[in-house]
Amino acid sequence: MPTVSVKRDLLFQALGRTYSECRPYTLGPTPLLGGWTSEKEIISKEQGNVKAAGASDVVLYKIDVPANRYDLLCLEGLVRGLQVFKERIKAPVYKRVMPDGKIQKLIITEETAKIRPFAVAAVLRNIKFTKDRYDSFIELQEKLHQNICRKRALVAIGTHDLDTLSGPFTYTAKRPSDIKFKPLNKTKEYTACELMNIYKTDNHLKHYLHIIENKPLYPVIYDSNGVVLSMPPIINGDHSRITVNTRNIFIECTGTDFTKAKIVLDIIVTMFSEYCENQFTVEAAEVVFPNGKSHTFPELAYRKEMVRADLINKKVGIRETPENLAKLLTRMYLKSEVIGDGNQIEIEIPPTRADIIHACDIVEDAAIAYGYNNIQMTLPKTYTIANQFPLNKLTELLRHDMAAAGFTEALTFALCSQEDIADKLGVDISATKAVHISNPKTAEFQVARTTLLPGLLKTIAANRKMPLPLKLFEISDIVIKDSNTDVGAKNYRHLCAVYYNKNPGFEIIHGLLDRIMQLLDVLPGEDKGGYVIKASEGPAFFPGRCAEIFARGQSVGKLGVLHPDVITKFELTMPCSSLEINIGPFL
Amino acid sequence: MADGPVAELLLRRLEASDGGLDSAELAAELGMEHQAVVGAVKSLQALGEVIEAELRSTKRWELTAEGEEIAREGSHEARVFRSIPPEGLAQSELMRLPSGKVGFSKAMSNKWIRVDKSAADGPRVFRVVDSMEDEVQRRLQLVRGGQAEKLGEKERSELRKRKLLAEVILKTYWVSKGSAFSTSISKQETELSPEMISSGSWRDRPFKPYNFLAHGVLPDSGHLHPLLKVRSQFRQIFLEMGFTEMPTDNFIESSFWNFDALFQPQQHPARDQHDTFFLRDPAEALQLPMDYVQRVKRTHSQGGYGSQGYKYNWKLDEARKNLLRTHTTSASARALYRLAQKKPFTPVKYFSIDRVFRNETLDATHLAEFHQIEGVVADHGLTLGHLMGVLREFFTKLGITQLRFKPAYNPYTEPSMEVFSYHQGLKKWVEVGNSGVFRPEMLLPMGLPENVSVIAWGLSLERPTMIKYGINNIRELVGHKVNLQMVYDSPLCRLDAEPRPPPTQEAA
Repeated sequence: MPTVSVKRDLLFQALGRTYSECRPYTLGPTPLLGGWTSEKEIISKEQGNVKAAGASDVVLYKIDVPANRYDLLCLEGLVRGLQVFKERIKAPVYKRVMPDGKIQKLIITEETAKIRPFAVAAVLRNIKFTKDRYDSFIELQEKLHQNICRKRALVAIGTHDLDTLSGPFTYTAKRPSDIKFKPLNKTKEYTACELMNIYKTDNHLKHYLHIIENKPLYPVIYDSNGVVLSMPPIINGDHSRITVNTRNIFIECTGTDFTKAKIVLDIIVTMFSEYCENQFTVEAAEVVFPNGKSHTFPELAYRKEMVRADLINKKVGIRETPENLAKLLTRMYLKSEVIGDGNQIEIEIPPTRADIIHACDIVEDAAIAYGYNNIQMTLPKTYTIANQFPLNKLTELLRHDMAAAGFTEALTFALCSQEDIADKLGVDISATKAVHISNPKTAEFQVARTTLLPGLLKTIAANRKMPLPLKLFEISDIVIKDSNTDVGAKNYRHLCAVYYNKNPGFEIIHGLLDRIMQLLDVLPGEDKGGYVIKASEGPAFFPGRCAEIFARGQSVGKLGVLHPDVITKFELTMPCSSLEINIGPFL
Repeated sequence: MADGPVAELLLRRLEASDGGLDSAELAAELGMEHQAVVGAVKSLQALGEVIEAELRSTKRWELTAEGEEIAREGSHEARVFRSIPPEGLAQSELMRLPSGKVGFSKAMSNKWIRVDKSAADGPRVFRVVDSMEDEVQRRLQLVRGGQAEKLGEKERSELRKRKLLAEVILKTYWVSKGSAFSTSISKQETELSPEMISSGSWRDRPFKPYNFLAHGVLPDSGHLHPLLKVRSQFRQIFLEMGFTEMPTDNFIESSFWNFDALFQPQQHPARDQHDTFFLRDPAEALQLPMDYVQRVKRTHSQGGYGSQGYKYNWKLDEARKNLLRTHTTSASARALYRLAQKKPFTPVKYFSIDRVFRNETLDATHLAEFHQIEGVVADHGLTLGHLMGVLREFFTKLGITQLRFKPAYNPYTEPSMEVFSYHQGLKKWVEVGNSGVFRPEMLLPMGLPENVSVIAWGLSLERPTMIKYGINNIRELVGHKVNLQMVYDSPLCRLDAEPRPPPTQEAA
């Protein structure tokens, strides 16, 4: 959930009143105060007191915003949402207007198709910034970049001082060596290749380089004089940079997701057209696609949805009149009115509410405005008979009797290193049929375990100070590749037990097997689905001290005294015997 | 033994004594080892109030073996003096005497003797004085007679330096009559024996009292893991509420079931390499239910079922990517899909508790794998109020009664609500779970009827367990670094019982 920091005094000023800090819930519908702090405190927490000394100690509110409410990511949007919720203002209507003169044009060339095919644009005309407004404008772009734009991979925003440029603009893609310009905050020109090198050490920009780094062509936007506006999604040109004094802003959003690019553009212009001379109006821009077709942006589309009042009541579990429901929705920035037979509510979805994609989203907003905690709790009349999953039922029963047999339950990780399931047990990894993880951050998460034994041995190694003997068991799942399943891998429920002492204690592990078979009602002997152990071999076991367990007519596992190499590799010093069986066949 | 002859003697002397007696004095009077008297005192003490004994320690000077010899036979220098005849003695001969070496130099410095180095057959030793006082012998005899205090501090330390004298600390008991004093103590039995039972002799015998302050001997036993004890209780709660357990025995899941089926868009951050473990082998799911996949694809990319959809280019390749499931909701999706194929629809209540995996940064409360608890109810006409009602019953069984609900955002539930409970210890509202109503875009492509709602909630198993057992570092609870002593010592899990007050902090 994104957190938005706003200056308390600015918020109160914009709301036209102050609020008590001990009642954050009064602050409204969806946003909830996550806590308050100051820039000084944040820096002090993150970087120590010395650096914080010069920072501002203006009180900041940290507000948690739901991840799909892009319209609440800045002070302007929060205030508008709260004022509408408190019915102090009516939701403004956002209008796209045609310019008096020529419309600004952005032409997309076909070279962009393979790297970043979409672009949209708009103009904010006669805007009036202050320092706080300007900061908020920059901060909103950053918040959008981090959230809906998915760290600029899906959409990247560029904002420019239109008075320094002359259209039409061209969005194209070129070889990095052919792109040369003076980027934001630099004093000289660099080629794109040079820039990518320079930004490798830039703490902020280095995270975005991978988006285009290995592509043959880089996206770039030029004006009619060949001035570079930006090289999305990395950096803007310095030439067209905006300042507090900028009056006319050209906004372009490029990306790989057309829908999201349009949403991002809508959010920026709806939020900041508030400061335009003609409030809440946005000047259109024309985008010409490689196929020659022309579209006008921003879309600022209003959509009408019909929802029956009784549906809302039924989904939430309340009994409100259609009029009240319409009022609740209107307070949530969804202008609504009762129409038709008096049960039908018509809801207008504004361009700021891209999160409303289904009637259920409208139902939720009604419930939020009603107040979740005001809803009457009731129990559904759903009559059902409970069943346990048979494998888990057997596991639960066995666990208790394993403990009754004197063994202590361990709980080890399902993920481990290749070494744990292969090298340390004297097996080659290719023989394990293990599933492999493609993106482990450390060796601990290379594979899913194919046996429970390594986990138990590691548990002993971490508890060598405990008095001997150590008797441990675990009943849990292991994973084996299996092309007969839909995903190509299958879990098996294993039972593993180890005995660790000054003597190997094979007879104890063997006795435990006899006890387990007793519990599972499997008789000794090969006949009639009984069980028997037969001399066997295994790389993890001491030669001549390993037996395979056959039960119900199939091999279910092995038991034996562990090989000294295995003991040593798990950093143990005492003899150890172990038993591991698949309990699936005993269901 | 408690009532040996020494104890009897002691009791008789004590009866005759005036107030009490000293154990060391008694030993001296009886001519026995002090240790034997101490043993008698201790055994009598164990009988209760028969005697009272107060431990006293006294310092005493004692002669060393060499000191004893000198007290008896005189100092080395005196012995040297005495062995020299009037005509003198060859020095070489004198040195061969037992006290020769030490005695010669001491006698010289006392100026009792002299050496004539010019004698014809080597140096000769002669007496200088006719007689002498053996002061060393006299002092040691004083100490032996128990009159060490008559010697000065300096004299004593000089003798100690010569290793003739040693200071010993003597621990003695001052024994007096106890409130239940009696001279007729009979031998106490320690334990009841089969012979006593058969002969009936237990009727006439006194038994030694037990020390009920001592700890018992813990039974040899195995132990269940605390987290899994809590898991058992959660299973129990769900079963009590009539919920059926879903199969979750597939750690490996396709992106399709883990994300796409839940209407989680393919660009969602949770599908990032940074958050999810993807598989290299087997990298892709082999089979997907293709007609259902088509409905899911259409809902994501174009909408449908009353939805606008996400309007992006949905890719099958992305859905095929295998991963370690990031939540058990993938198993719930499979269960609901199976349910949707059964006609007519029958209402269900499902639950599961199993492992999930996140490629997260690890810290004291986060591991790459943890257990997720999930509850699901599918029926006609379920409401948000029903969800809250079920949650209230569920959390009441956990001993949590104060609940609050906060709006939240989940890609696959709408409405969504985070569940908070008031934590008495922390004095604030803490999040205890997440919940919501599954989106129609998830349910309708599965084939569930339009008027069926599915409410669901989830929480982690580790968090309530850490709170329950007062564990701060998750590594001590889960994984091989577990503290087995903690496992051995952990109490039963009774979730609705009042938690034990935390141990008071010991001063550092």
